Amino acid sequence: MVDFLNAIVALLNYVIVPATSYGAQLALGALGVTLIYGILRFSNFAHGDTMAFGTAITILVTWLFQSWGIGFGPLPTALLALPFGIAVTALLLLGTDRMVYRFYRRQKAAPVILVIVSMGVMFIMNGLVRFVIGVQEQNFADGARFVITATQFRNLTGLDEGLAVRTSTVITVVTAVIVVAALFWFLNKTRSGKSMRAFSDNEDLALLSGINPERVVMITWLLVAALATTAGVLYGLDKSFKPFTYYQLLLPIFASAVVGGLGNPVGAILGGFVVAFSEVTFTYAWKKVLTYLLPASLAPDSLVQLLSTDYKFAVSFAILVVVLLFKPTGLLKGKSV
Amino acid sequence: MKKLLLASAALALVAGGASAQDIKIGILFGFTGPLESITPAMDKSAEMAIKEVNDSKALLGGATVEGVKADSTCTDAAAATAAAQKLVTSEKVAAIVGGDCSGVTGAVLQSVARPNGIVMVSPSATSPALSTAADDDLFYRTAPSDAHQGDIMADVLMKRGVKKVALTYTNNDYGKGLADSFKAAFEKAGGTVTIEAAHEDGKADYSAEVAALAAAGGDVLVVAGYVDQGGKGIIQGALDAGAFKTFYLPDGMYGDSLLKAIGKPLDGSFGDVPGIDSEGHKKFLDMAKAAGFDGTSSYTGESYDAAALIMLAMQAAKSDKGADFKSKIESVANGPGEKILPGELAKGLKLIAEGKPIDYEGATGVHLLGRDAAGSYRVYTIKDGQHVTDYYQ
Repeated sequence: MVDFLNAIVALLNYVIVPATSYGAQLALGALGVTLIYGILRFSNFAHGDTMAFGTAITILVTWLFQSWGIGFGPLPTALLALPFGIAVTALLLLGTDRMVYRFYRRQKAAPVILVIVSMGVMFIMNGLVRFVIGVQEQNFADGARFVITATQFRNLTGLDEGLAVRTSTVITVVTAVIVVAALFWFLNKTRSGKSMRAFSDNEDLALLSGINPERVVMITWLLVAALATTAGVLYGLDKSFKPFTYYQLLLPIFASAVVGGLGNPVGAILGGFVVAFSEVTFTYAWKKVLTYLLPASLAPDSLVQLLSTDYKFAVSFAILVVVLLFKPTGLLKGKSV
Repeated sequence: MKKLLLASAALALVAGGASAQDIKIGILFGFTGPLESITPAMDKSAEMAIKEVNDSKALLGGATVEGVKADSTCTDAAAATAAAQKLVTSEKVAAIVGGDCSGVTGAVLQSVARPNGIVMVSPSATSPALSTAADDDLFYRTAPSDAHQGDIMADVLMKRGVKKVALTYTNNDYGKGLADSFKAAFEKAGGTVTIEAAHEDGKADYSAEVAALAAAGGDVLVVAGYVDQGGKGIIQGALDAGAFKTFYLPDGMYGDSLLKAIGKPLDGSFGDVPGIDSEGHKKFLDMAKAAGFDGTSSYTGESYDAAALIMLAMQAAKSDKGADFKSKIESVANGPGEKILPGELAKGLKLIAEGKPIDYEGATGVHLLGRDAAGSYRVYTIKDGQHVTDYYQ
């Protein structure tokens, strides 16, 4: 029985808890990508750097608060600074839309042109973030780091295996749930949300029924600013902030959005968890868990690892390819790419 | 009038002759990419050596040197090659300080330096593969090969009685080379490596790697990665999950940013970093401080030495042509002759001009074995959030 509990705890500690927190971070990022794809109809490559920008601003405000001695108890101060980060990011995104995307929208440019345009925006934001906060890594998490540490858990339960739960993991999951619930309420219940969905379903019909497209676009960017900044800050709290890493986050985020079904918000969330769990579980070495579960004579000598961790990206992209081959619209019905 | 014209023409000629040539030296580092946080200090170190030589006005009868920066990106061989090609064909550099990462350095060596006969001195490419790559005697490095570091690491762990380790490395020429050489040395000494797991740099999440490493187990986790990249992510993850308590940190993992980011839990971990306890190194640190940057940042001394070696070799060959001075680098670095420390480049240049031999010590006690620096390592333990030197080896 104790062995069984040890096995469960080891699995929780190394697979389920970290994958859940990573999955929630990816899901929030993928929601932003999917929203832009659904309403503005292009894949926004600048999303990773939008997250970085929002986080950079939030970090600056966090530092300001810290210098004023304002804290948030056991919770990170960055959560207080988050609204300011969102506001500045919203201004940046609206400015970018005014200066860049609106021009192409009026030209009725093909989506592929907008994708390339967003790549240009990505490089500019890339530079902007580095100008604002530099290339170095920044740690801005404060407050209590752990809800329970591995050692505390061991002492508490008497088990051999420890289970560590970080504050950031809890915050990430809770925030993700709140944000997603709020987003769905907005899209389904409010007038603006409904007009966004109408615009996404059929642009011409929406225009005929008197929906103001510029307003829909503006609300979309505001939502994207909120989602991207929240995702970026949560990720940064959990790991750390580095512009280069955020740029690299783009790939798993896109994989999540596409696996789930581009343009479908529920799909984005599902996709985030599929990518995160596939990365961790396929490459997990089962030796420890099996040693606990099996009788001593059957305990494995090898690592019992399906794939070396080198292949973890291959796994999530293999899933992406398989999904696109058999269900081009993604797991949940999105738009085909 | 005619006389005046003639006179001014003659004057112009004389003036042209007197203002000696302008030599360009390429500085090819990853100003963007995974090393972007340490390359600025490396660049400043190389520029410091160049400025020192310019101020001395002693190189090749008063030539001025200009450093031309180019971005190696550290990871993208195609981009690095294009940047190096531009240095050679349009900037017409006489030599290159760089590259920084092993992979791009090898690529630039083969496709740009060798076809054009350009000398490259890298301060930080440490892959063992570069010791045997075809180089037409154009390639040198002021950092030691990781083949050597692998032996040192095995030795340090054995001395502490550690027999069982898990090993993770950054998935590139540096990480793989160091991991292989360490594994071979450690197993030869009787130790066990429970798992050898690669990690990619700059990725979003390292839970999978930490899970696999924890399942394999070991007394110490050896992290052959980069301090502000995947290596840090792995350590953070392993500590958070309670998988490992002690880490071995080779050169790429040496940095204050790691101590600042992780803090107390790192106490008791140990590692090594190329380093020397010499007068030259202290002098270099002072000079760096005066110039306004951190001389203890990785590969700064090596960068200064790389640039200095190139210019001293030019002086020794009385030429800025790679084909002429490539053979002089070793003799300038190894002596025998008068020892030259950082800040004494002017003296070195004058001695060479007078035909006297020098032995360039520089910031890192430069001594070349063929094309590689012999290297000396500082073995340290982390105590109270500080790197405390144990001994030099």
